[in-house]
Amino acid sequence: MSLLELRDVTKIFGGLIAVNEVSFTVEPQSVVGLIGPNGAGKTTVFNCITGNYRPERGSVIFDGRNVTGVAPHRLVERGIARTFQSIRLFSTLSALENTLAGRHCRLRSGWLASMLHLPSQRREEREAVRRCMQELEFVGLADHAEEAAGSLSYGNQRLLEIARALASDPRLLILDEPAGGMNDQETVALVDTINAIRERGVTVLLIEHDMRLVMRICEKLVVLENGCLIAQGAPEVVRSHPAVIEAYLGAEDEAW
Amino acid sequence: MIVPSFSARGRRGRRLVSCLLLGAVICLLPFFCNAYWLDVCVSIGLYALLALSLNLILGQAGIFHMGHAAFFGVGAYATAILNTMFHIPVLWLMPVSGAAAALFALVVARPIIHLRGDYLLIVTIGIVEIVRIALLNDVGGITGGSNGIFGISRPQLFGFRIYKSLHFYWLVWGMVGVTLLLFYGLWHSRVGRALNYIKADDVAAEGCGVNVSLYKLTAFVLGAFWAGMAGTIYAAKMSTIAPESFNFMESVIIFAVVILSGGSQLGVLISAFLFIGLPELLREFSDARMLIFGLAMMLMMIWRPQGLLPCLPRVYARLRGAVAPGANVEERRA
Repeated sequence: MSLLELRDVTKIFGGLIAVNEVSFTVEPQSVVGLIGPNGAGKTTVFNCITGNYRPERGSVIFDGRNVTGVAPHRLVERGIARTFQSIRLFSTLSALENTLAGRHCRLRSGWLASMLHLPSQRREEREAVRRCMQELEFVGLADHAEEAAGSLSYGNQRLLEIARALASDPRLLILDEPAGGMNDQETVALVDTINAIRERGVTVLLIEHDMRLVMRICEKLVVLENGCLIAQGAPEVVRSHPAVIEAYLGAEDEAW
Repeated sequence: MIVPSFSARGRRGRRLVSCLLLGAVICLLPFFCNAYWLDVCVSIGLYALLALSLNLILGQAGIFHMGHAAFFGVGAYATAILNTMFHIPVLWLMPVSGAAAALFALVVARPIIHLRGDYLLIVTIGIVEIVRIALLNDVGGITGGSNGIFGISRPQLFGFRIYKSLHFYWLVWGMVGVTLLLFYGLWHSRVGRALNYIKADDVAAEGCGVNVSLYKLTAFVLGAFWAGMAGTIYAAKMSTIAPESFNFMESVIIFAVVILSGGSQLGVLISAFLFIGLPELLREFSDARMLIFGLAMMLMMIWRPQGLLPCLPRVYARLRGAVAPGANVEERRA
């Protein structure tokens, strides 16, 4: 059974059909890339999956359950974590506290237990901090745990977003342009990180402009243009698909 | 964006010393004050209590709420009505009044909590006006209209009758002490962090799995609960209450105390002293009082827009244990 399935998802803004009857599936423990020219509706599809938008028609099925229109924080609880295209870290808080934000939904201490710092709360906190330090180590940011997120380099901020998402124990990780603003060296490290994430058994769905990156790590590509799905399949197949070539030749500088 | 420096051990030490000093001052103050200044200090304590409860909403969660006097008023009137009509002891009414204010907050905040920034601000100003006007018009025939309610009995604590200013001083500041401890615990927990996430970026907080509207609403309700309890102490101290004590200006003062404080609890206390104590000190220059005040606010905005004492970063060293950061990163890469 697919981990994620989109069935005829349609999202309309005013008179504009941003996403038109898009259907695709994401198999467990795979890495799937969602690509397409600017304005093709990739981020809109993401936002429909993560609950930030409610599609006008169609449904999103996660792990066999219809999750269309479920609130974003509930989806995180169910196992869908995301990063943001424009980095949205809590820049005045430390890297560790940013990671703890992802852990939040797995913790249970309520208001009273927190006020009184009951033993159960302290145990849980200690465990959460330990776990979040592991995630920071996983992305290579353990040395920066106490630094304010806003003072990290751009590439490290992207990695911190990934650590924050991983801290919620996701089954599906959605990365919105993870290599955006990274230099070549950082991109290579990112490929390693994404592969390591897959080895942990987490399914990855990513939007990316860097075609070399997508070709290297994705086993399936889904191509959007003007809100419509024009091709999907293995990277080699998609690369030679006539509609895809046309869409990308229309755009100017995509390096294939 | 102001990014605080995280190598702030010296600042943390200084702040601990300031806390201890302030505590000592508060404990010793009644031995040096005359009756008048003792009353002023009780008043400062009440505002500190109100500002601490608003700090949860405004300082920690970043919800622009300028109607806190409404919840204070609901608490005070709940105490006054239940005490004068049913002769329930005042201190028993503290949780009851808190609950009344919290329930009121829940009802009024539920439909508006999703509003942002200045929009919410306007609505909360509406709340405080509605409460004042309702009290003034003797709603249900139990609020006493513009005369208010008098004859509220003195509280008793374990058979000890609290009636002098000195007694109220200890009652109020004892309550402030308990509040400081509880709210500090809250700040250094997943709940406190969640409120800070919401303040920083509510979309990102929701995307990370924080139930933003629930946390906002709960912060609101808890803040109102505390304001309601402060209302009980106020009613007991004054033994007479009237609608004009809970007007918009009161809300503004509580709001300003929190904004001036910068968000930390020590900041709130100092700010309460400045806001309530300073005007009393400047009573001789009463003509120029507002002028001095306005000037001080302007200078603050220029030199310290973040407020007197912003929160220092939380420390997790003890929770992280002795593990040096990044100890096994090299192993993993190797």
